[in-house]
Amino acid sequence: MNFAEQLPVLPIITPLLLAPITLLLPKGRAPHLYATFVSWLTFAACAYLLAAVAQSEAGFFSYHLGAWAPPLGIEYRVDIANALILLLISGIAAVVFPFAYRSVQLEIDERQSPYFYGAMLVCLTGLLGVTITGDAFNVFVFLEISSLATYALVAMGARRDRRALTAAFNYLIMGTIGATFFVIGVGLLYQATGTLNMADLHDRLTGQSNRVVDAGFAFILVGIGLKLAMFPMHLWLPGAYAYAPSAVSAFLAATATKMAVYVLIRFIYTVFGFDFEFLGAAFVWVLLPLGLAGMFVASIVAVFQEDVKRMLAYSSVGQIGYMLLGLSFGTVEGVAASLVHMFNHGLMKGALFMAVACVVLRAGSHSIKAFAGLSRRMPFTAWAFILSGLSLIGVPLTVGFVSKWYLLQAAFEAGYWHVGFLIVLSSLIALLYIGRIVEVMVLRDPPEDGQYAIPNKDAPLEMLIPMWVLVAANIYFGLNTELTGGLATRAAEALTFTAGMGQ
Amino acid sequence: MMETWIDFVVARYNYWIVIVLMMLGLYTVFARGNLVKKIVGLNIFQTSVFIFYITMGKIAGGTAPIYIGGELDHGGGHGGDDHGEGGHGAGHGDAGHGAVGNDNGGHDAGADAHEASSAGADHAKIENTFDANDLKSATNAFEAHDAEDLKAAAGSLHNAPDNLPADIGKSANTTLADAAKEALKTPGFKPEGEAAVHGGANGAEAVAEAAAYHSEVIYTNPLPHVLILTAIVVGVAGTAVGLALAVRIREAYGTIEEDELEAMDNVAEFGDKAAEAAGSAGA
Repeated sequence: MNFAEQLPVLPIITPLLLAPITLLLPKGRAPHLYATFVSWLTFAACAYLLAAVAQSEAGFFSYHLGAWAPPLGIEYRVDIANALILLLISGIAAVVFPFAYRSVQLEIDERQSPYFYGAMLVCLTGLLGVTITGDAFNVFVFLEISSLATYALVAMGARRDRRALTAAFNYLIMGTIGATFFVIGVGLLYQATGTLNMADLHDRLTGQSNRVVDAGFAFILVGIGLKLAMFPMHLWLPGAYAYAPSAVSAFLAATATKMAVYVLIRFIYTVFGFDFEFLGAAFVWVLLPLGLAGMFVASIVAVFQEDVKRMLAYSSVGQIGYMLLGLSFGTVEGVAASLVHMFNHGLMKGALFMAVACVVLRAGSHSIKAFAGLSRRMPFTAWAFILSGLSLIGVPLTVGFVSKWYLLQAAFEAGYWHVGFLIVLSSLIALLYIGRIVEVMVLRDPPEDGQYAIPNKDAPLEMLIPMWVLVAANIYFGLNTELTGGLATRAAEALTFTAGMGQ
Repeated sequence: MMETWIDFVVARYNYWIVIVLMMLGLYTVFARGNLVKKIVGLNIFQTSVFIFYITMGKIAGGTAPIYIGGELDHGGGHGGDDHGEGGHGAGHGDAGHGAVGNDNGGHDAGADAHEASSAGADHAKIENTFDANDLKSATNAFEAHDAEDLKAAAGSLHNAPDNLPADIGKSANTTLADAAKEALKTPGFKPEGEAAVHGGANGAEAVAEAAAYHSEVIYTNPLPHVLILTAIVVGVAGTAVGLALAVRIREAYGTIEEDELEAMDNVAEFGDKAAEAAGSAGA
């Protein structure tokens, strides 16, 4: 039993097995340090995994859980596509965990802190598990592991604002309905094929086109659509992200919806990656229009928000529109653009929500009023927000530009030149809502008195460093597209190769 | 015409239960304002899915997937599991319990099984009356494996007659079963789960094992049961979290009626001291 053979299972069992120990630790700093350590271990495992997969000849690892061979046993199947998402999720975790301490100390009852970090680790396990597994039912189990932890984490925001409770409850109702729809879909596919392994499902579904398979696909699309906040099923998201503790918002906004988009890509291109008539219709009549609608409606709603966290949440719904758009083209370039944007959006949204967390720490609020004159009061936080905001808009030299570039290229190559035009147009809306905050931060004078009159003191270093690591990543991956762009193209080729439509 | 229509409905009564429960549950979730009633609706909705999965695994005439008798101490992957694995398909064909019931219509696969056994040993009969659900790929898999696996089986089951006459299906069945048991006792056969279940390298042994199994009992497909057990655990956890949230909401707001909660949330301006005080009092 050597290390390399067991590598694919490490990102899952590390946080899963180490999470309960958090509950035994004394309140205070210990659970935080411990959870940070675990998140770094997980990140190291994921980074090593990506490097190993990128170099391996087969292009994927197949790990048989308990040595039960697939299709009967559960298989963890790591290829470049999900190794990239694993790296993103564990990377965001490795940055948010050290960041969280001061923010959590302020926003959460100290007695709950061991539970908080335990739930964060369980949530991380679920997110990574969904990404790594090659078994359709296993996806559901991990999806619910992460979701249940998320409901609890969102509800912990109740100390600051009791609306976190109703937001968590709505999220629970919608999330459970989504997961149950997914299970119905998987059940229908099982009925049609007798297997749950994704690669095996692909083999057995190939050539089948009947109402059972169609219905299975539709149920899975709607179920995952609820989980990834596909417009118009996004109504749980703004509340949940706005009222969750700031560190949780940063973590979830950067990872949870990305994981769901990945599941959708995996099902569309691996499981249904054959000449499936229904899929073409879903691209043209569901994913493309809903992606476009999300881009515009959610972004326009974001412009009018008074609460910065809520604004960023609506912006997330809009950004998910871009990812759906990319995968709805049905081309290698489109899937690559979608993957690149998932990775990049994780980086920018993580940094933006972390900046808001710093403001909440000092000003005690995430209303836009608390941002007045921020560039003079908290320059490092303000500039982190501005730089990642520019990235969100898609200014050159940032990751946002890389995303938009890939997306536009994919749109033109797919022959959707009018969609390309709409992508540029919707970026201008992002300019509006980010510009509005930037204007308040840079041009307004800080309030002299009243609730938001706070001392000129930037966030503590332990929060600034992780935040600036993400901001630096935003710039670095904007200049060097080798990791994201190169790997995403390879990943998309691998994904669509299974689909037999890469040529 | 009317009769066929009624037959169509009645034969699928379990699916009607699923659909009615599903709609009832979803309606309750959306129509009811009380948070606890929403959770109840969610549970009804999930229950419909449990019944759906159980329907999927049920084989008429099959017993619960608990191993009965014999010298083997491992199971898995039998019954209505229409995987079309080499070992499987051939096992069904040989031993005579040929009907692999993907029991969509609630028809009697058990009765078919005996007919299939007397009809001969070369084809597994796949029954599937659920319209538009053609298990073409599964059938193909069976047929592709049948020919070569039957040869392998003949090699392994040395007592087996070369050709099974149609009229002695029953006795041939017993002979085959004995032969299979014989084969299991021969040295060199390793009754390990992996080898047996996955056919593959040890196709012949898998055939022998499957034959031994199926000559004795028909099991319902255990896999959907296992899946739904997992889903039940997940559902219970979700219900627990949901009810816990309802309790917390009651503490923080003093009500669990959605309309009142929404009204209170709308009134609460963000940063409002009163709302915050109420929130922290609840915490």
